[in-house]
Amino acid sequence: MTVQILYFAWLRERIGIGREDVETNAATVADLIAQLRAREDRYDTAFSDMSAVRCAVDQVLVDLDASLAGAREVAFFPPMTGG
Amino acid sequence: MVDLRIIVSQDDFDLGVEAERLETGPDTGAVVTFTGRVRDVAGGLRHMEIEHYPGMTERALTDIAQDAADRWSLSAVTVIHRHGRLIPGARIMMVGTAARHRDAAFESASFLMDYLKSRAPFWKKEVREDGAEWVASKDSDEAALDRWV
Repeated sequence: MTVQILYFAWLRERIGIGREDVETNAATVADLIAQLRAREDRYDTAFSDMSAVRCAVDQVLVDLDASLAGAREVAFFPPMTGG
Repeated sequence: MVDLRIIVSQDDFDLGVEAERLETGPDTGAVVTFTGRVRDVAGGLRHMEIEHYPGMTERALTDIAQDAADRWSLSAVTVIHRHGRLIPGARIMMVGTAARHRDAAFESASFLMDYLKSRAPFWKKEVREDGAEWVASKDSDEAALDRWV
């Protein structure tokens, strides 16, 4: 399946792009991260501290073990700092 | 039926107009507003850059506002959050709540702020004279949510 991946804040800066389409068979968010990290160093570096990474699937916050079944949009970002 | 007003924009807002909007029906006895501003405590801050996740932001703010409205039986909730480049002293955001009694108005405004801090997809970057840095989230912000569980 093809999912659109979005990156925000320092994840976007470290990876160097804000969005991309990725072809994947990943079953979970964690599987997708493993696939991305294996691609290139910049991904590996960006995802090296997973305690600093949050994820949303189709604009809903999820844990990293969440399923990607039917997912169209996956976003990765640091802990939020609103307000 | 609660009146939810959710705005995500680069533009500033008129605090007086927003506060008056919350003065709804005759049974609304209490209106609370909170405003957050860009502060420069250490000196040397040029501006704040606020990034957000279009689409998810509006959805997250609406969900949080609806939760507050249900929990405290509010008659109106306003959440306004700006993004883009904001200079020291600029308003970043506001929440406003309207309820029958003041306890509900104060508590729900506090709840909204606690959730906005760590559950709404905004990220702040401080651009200083000597470089730029993303603002780190605080453990205390996450811990603040525990009191609402």
